[in-house]
Amino acid sequence: MVFSLFKKKSTRLADQIEKESESVSVDTQSILNPVTESKEESLYDRLKRGLSRTSGGLVASLRGVFGQGAGHEEILEEIEAILIQADLGVKTTQRLLDQVRPLVETNQIRDSTALIEKLRELIQKQMSLHVSPLKLNEKPFSVVLIAGINGVGKTTTTAKIGNLLQATGKKCMFAACDTFRAGAVEQLGIWGERLNIPVITGSEGQDPASVAFEAMKKAQKEDIDVLLIDTAGRLHTQKNLMEELGKIQRVIQKNMPAAPHEIFLVLDSITGQNAVHQARMFHEMLKLTGLVMTKLDGTAKGGVVFGIQEELGLPIRFVGVGEKFTDLQPFDPQSYSQALFEEN
Amino acid sequence: MMFGGLSEKLQTAVSKMSGQSSLTEENIKDALRDVRLALLEADVNFLLVKEVVEQIRQKAVGVALEKGVQPAQKLFSLVHEQLVELLGGEQPTPFQLSSGRQHKILMVGLQGSGKTTTAGKLARYFKDLKPTLVAADIYRPAAISQLATVAKQAGADFYQAGQKDPVEIAREGLAKAKESNSRLVILDTAGRLQIDEDLMNELIRVKAAFEPDHILMVLDSMTGQEAIKVAQAFDEKLNITGVILSKADGDARGGAALSVSKVTKKPILFLGIGEKLDGLELFSAQRVASRILGMGDVVGLVEKASEVMDESTAKKMQRKMGSGEFNLEDFLEQMQMIKKMGPMGDLLKMIPGVGQMIGEEQLGGVEQEMKRTVAIISSMTPHERQDPSILNGSRKRRVAQGSGTNAQQINHLLRQFEQMKQAMKQMKKAGFFKPANLLKGKLPFGM
Ligand SMILES: Nc1nc2c(ncn2[C@@H]2O[C@H](COP(=O)(O)OP(=O)(O)OP(=O)(O)O)[C@@H](O)[C@H]2O)c(=O)[nH]1
Ligand SMILES: [Mg+2]
Repeated sequence: MVFSLFKKKSTRLADQIEKESESVSVDTQSILNPVTESKEESLYDRLKRGLSRTSGGLVASLRGVFGQGAGHEEILEEIEAILIQADLGVKTTQRLLDQVRPLVETNQIRDSTALIEKLRELIQKQMSLHVSPLKLNEKPFSVVLIAGINGVGKTTTTAKIGNLLQATGKKCMFAACDTFRAGAVEQLGIWGERLNIPVITGSEGQDPASVAFEAMKKAQKEDIDVLLIDTAGRLHTQKNLMEELGKIQRVIQKNMPAAPHEIFLVLDSITGQNAVHQARMFHEMLKLTGLVMTKLDGTAKGGVVFGIQEELGLPIRFVGVGEKFTDLQPFDPQSYSQALFEEN
Repeated sequence: MMFGGLSEKLQTAVSKMSGQSSLTEENIKDALRDVRLALLEADVNFLLVKEVVEQIRQKAVGVALEKGVQPAQKLFSLVHEQLVELLGGEQPTPFQLSSGRQHKILMVGLQGSGKTTTAGKLARYFKDLKPTLVAADIYRPAAISQLATVAKQAGADFYQAGQKDPVEIAREGLAKAKESNSRLVILDTAGRLQIDEDLMNELIRVKAAFEPDHILMVLDSMTGQEAIKVAQAFDEKLNITGVILSKADGDARGGAALSVSKVTKKPILFLGIGEKLDGLELFSAQRVASRILGMGDVVGLVEKASEVMDESTAKKMQRKMGSGEFNLEDFLEQMQMIKKMGPMGDLLKMIPGVGQMIGEEQLGGVEQEMKRTVAIISSMTPHERQDPSILNGSRKRRVAQGSGTNAQQINHLLRQFEQMKQAMKQMKKAGFFKPANLLKGKLPFGM
């Protein structure tokens, strides 16, 4: 019986994507510009610094591709190696390869520079899809829900987003809905203090949905612009905990049907192919509106997010590039794809 | 069958090649490609995959096939063996600490990898040693109070000295532990990137002051291709003594484990399972190898299974499956147990890779097929369940009527059951079918 289970699904996401328009309006940029401009280092620089630390880097490997008089298959294998090592995953890599293969085989692409540019373009194009303005100007206030598995950087990201928004003149509030992990409430509390953002907390072990409920009421009363809700880390396979998230969402919706306006899944860029499962399950439970990639200041490239973005049609909103509250940047497909291919 | 991932693929890759007497370059070529893909999907490092596949190829070519064993199954068991070996062998000596003297453990790893929780789990695991947890994560907000709570939960002593230099904290923690006659001191440090020179140097200084007996790197099971670089860097700088894989209760295939074993040659000691402090299990190479291969060795599944099936039932089932005695009665029993475990879709999603391969519609189909199967077998007499070959036309009509199905559906079921039995036999012959090891004897295999 279950023999028949494992037949592959034949949905062609790539086809779907081709059809979608390439509408890109990055409202994040305009909302957040005052802060990003004041930074000494641009996203591009930081990413580049982070991404290029890896030995050789993508480009160094790619440059070698055409140098050895290798056959087409070898060249494509070389590219496969590069993409897989960036955690793009086998299937996504295959799809990208399928797109450049004809160009290589028919000599339309003859040198590595052109090949890199083509790949970069493909990646950038895909990653530019599905970007709509962030819903952070809602009335009476916007609600942002932050979710993800344990340790990916949810709390830090909550603080970072709070900082960005505050710098654009928005009055923020945090809700500490991780009532489970030891020290979690205090952790967000410290960020709140540093940023001068009020934090709504519950007692340890309190139902997180009730904390969210309280926060909704307080935000209303105190004329807040954006309420940011930090949640406990949970594995996507933990059914009860996933349902707890659903409950938090329902409680918020009861209070304000259009909320949460933004629901972000935070992904650690060191994560391999499991991130795909994470994204699917969280999306199924919450209907995410976007992704945040953290720890891009490390050596990991977070390539898995490319396939996720493509499969689920979700924009990547922000990237985390360090542990300070200023270490957050709006995601920019061009910088990202460029940095991904940047040489040391 | 429960085997998702690779074994299923291998079945199709080489099913055309029955009747061969040994493994050859030719008859394993496709299967090896599948092995490669499976390993890559499991996040085994690309370069390592190359190496492993080559090792397997060399081992495999020329291996004789016992009668009735298919090349794919033989190859599969070879792959499994190889992974077990790479992961440090079948029976790792469990990590122990003698009670006669003081032990010092330094916890290291990337941000968010699970060091603090794991430190608490170790304290709990070795609570007879009267452990002391020392807080040297001076960077992350509330890290210290997190450890304080964890220490309390673990019943361990706790030392903190605020935000001062971790080197001093380490020294003071040791002194404090000596005073209180604590025989295990666990130093929790801040997470850091392996490329952060300042922080890596800080760890080197801490190590010099603390003089740990064990330097344990905590690595997230979900880590991707970079695992190899991370492990290498921590090992080069600190000469780690062992690894703990955290968050292993998820559905990550855990290929990072291979990378780490390979580059550091250090043992993986424990698996971190869940957020509670009792969630620390001795590492089993068997289990992790199965998981990397996508064989569905998922702790959650095992747990669920164990809720509805006791040890002796499980053993009985395994014996039957191995011996070919497995009949429709047993199959029915298993189906009913599986049903008790919850909706099929939820179960299947727990198996690495499966959620990816099947869609909701298909899941619904499975649920239905299961219902139908149960209905059909329930409508059979005990005698028919023991020996379905006696099901002639009129008997089938009766069963069809009783179960609201038709002869075609009954034949379909019988054919699949026969295939399943064949598969079980071959697994057994291939020397691979050791569910007791693979799944701690609790997983109902007949799915
Ligand atoms: N280098 C780096 N570290 C980060 C980044 N984002 C978060 N971290 C670190 O990762 C660790 C975990 O971050 P948290 O924000 O506590 O993660 P979390 O998802 O809230 O964790 P739980 O609530 O325990 O599930 C902390 O040490 C952070 O400082 C990033 O972009 N770069
Ligand atoms: Mg948190």
